[in-house]
Amino acid sequence: MSEKVLMKGNEAIAEAAIRAGCRHYFGYPITPQTELAAYMAKRMPKIDGVFLQAESEIAAINMVYGVSSAGLRVMTSSSSPGVSLKQEGISYIAGSDLPALIVNVERGGPGLGGIQPSQSDYYQATKGGGHGDYHLIVLTPASVQEMADLTALAFDLSDKYRVPAMLLADGTIGQMMEPVELPEESCSKVEKPWAVTGTKMQRKHNIVNSLYLVPEELERTNMERFERYAEIEKNEVRYEEFMTEDADVCVVAFGIAARVSKNAVVAARKEGIKAGLIRPITVWPFPKQPVADIAPRVKGFVSVELSMGQMIDDIRLACGCSKPVSLCNRVGGMIPTPDEVLDAIRKMNGGLA
Amino acid sequence: MVVFEKPKSLTDAEFHYCPGCTHGIIHRLVAEAIDATGCEGNAVGVAPVGCAVMAYNYFACDMVEAAHGRAPAVATGLKRAMPDHVIFTYQGDGDLASIGMAETVHAAARNENITVIFVNNAIYGMTGGQMAPTSLPGQVTQTSPYGRDVKTAGYPVKVCEILSQLDGPEFIARVAVNNVKNVRNAKKIIQKAFENQIAGKGFSLVEVVSSCPTNWGMTPVKALEWVEDKMIPYYPLGVYKDRSAKEAE
Repeated sequence: MSEKVLMKGNEAIAEAAIRAGCRHYFGYPITPQTELAAYMAKRMPKIDGVFLQAESEIAAINMVYGVSSAGLRVMTSSSSPGVSLKQEGISYIAGSDLPALIVNVERGGPGLGGIQPSQSDYYQATKGGGHGDYHLIVLTPASVQEMADLTALAFDLSDKYRVPAMLLADGTIGQMMEPVELPEESCSKVEKPWAVTGTKMQRKHNIVNSLYLVPEELERTNMERFERYAEIEKNEVRYEEFMTEDADVCVVAFGIAARVSKNAVVAARKEGIKAGLIRPITVWPFPKQPVADIAPRVKGFVSVELSMGQMIDDIRLACGCSKPVSLCNRVGGMIPTPDEVLDAIRKMNGGLA
Repeated sequence: MVVFEKPKSLTDAEFHYCPGCTHGIIHRLVAEAIDATGCEGNAVGVAPVGCAVMAYNYFACDMVEAAHGRAPAVATGLKRAMPDHVIFTYQGDGDLASIGMAETVHAAARNENITVIFVNNAIYGMTGGQMAPTSLPGQVTQTSPYGRDVKTAGYPVKVCEILSQLDGPEFIARVAVNNVKNVRNAKKIIQKAFENQIAGKGFSLVEVVSSCPTNWGMTPVKALEWVEDKMIPYYPLGVYKDRSAKEAE
């Protein structure tokens, strides 16, 4: 067990990635994920790794595509406007069944938006983002510790299922410093016989590709991919429940919004309101079952988001619209205060709907 | 004794190219260069989007299919992951000189140790004959039906002239495949572009002035004449940059 060190969230991702065996990083400068690239620029040359500042986010994600084709662990990071630029490459990576880690330290949008924290890329991250039918495995850290832990997990899941993973963080978690216990050194545990490592004249050539001009074939690849997605939905849903056993009001929040919400839940309990929190750690796959299970027992849900209400759709779907779901949100780089969340809990407890 | 055979680094798949298209010749020259340098088992090719999109079926080495224009970035990733492997891209004019211009220029500026084969036939072939960044002034295409008007559509992009201004790249050359003499020269130059990489010299790009009888609306013979009469005067053949040769002077 390693000792705790004080790190910024963005740096924790970088160090955890290196410890997970990632030796290739490609990025393009953008706030508020800068520390991640800076950390990689410092560390990679010392460990025979590759740090490359690409000419654009588009180039960076395609370099990721190249390294992943060769079967090695690889990552890129950016923030919202930059992640929009990467969507073409992400779709190709998904369509070619390649593992990779994409980090989005979200900032407010749309457009150039701002540089303060946001969760408004939820739809982009969980509902596709680029063209075509595909999913990413999307993990949402709520602490610097989870920035590190979920980075390691993201590499493992991505390798296992040949599905690109996204760490969906926000500017707050990226920028803040907390003690973190860094994960042990590890590496890919998965054989990659599909990688383009050269035939050595001993096998038929491997082809990394997402083009299928015969519709039956393209349909088959989509179906096969969705069978893997079903496996992921079955096996890899991760979430935390907090004071939900007897809850009358269930708050649902991830990332920084979950930390604020936890305080509000405690405050609500102090005034006699039985509040609880479901904190999705994976937002794709979304923890549908815990939401469905608690729905019959609660008066309603409060979705706390740094967006105009995106995850709220998944809550409604998960509970089959059987209970009211209210939105407690701030946007543009603003974060809801515990009091604002508490107020939303009070309203739901008093019978909104 | 076998005096003529298919290069070993081509698969048995039949080319899908149109009659008279010079992609077939260029594929063969690339395969001959791979054979000559003995790198097939260690080579990874990157196919473009465009007529050569299915090049991954034709080259016997490992292949990756890139998004439109992104082949040099994908090749950069492959090369950084496997510095001892031979990485090449095969791209058309729309792919390399329009949508992928940034990736091209910056891979060259980094002197990325890869080989780029750039097929310039002055048109978008796969999508049915639209104006390319390299379409000549006055050239009639589906999207320049009255001829490329430089006042509104601008001027063609001369890739070798642009890239040879950069300090980065090792080797920049333009060849053609419209007659036997030019094909033989193209073979030599393409092989050199592979040898450069194997010797660790850096970014080598060979522009191959090519023809597109189908979308130019010409017979294959007429198309080759048009290459000689119109294309080559606008895109002069030659070695535009050869750092090692210059340093050896």
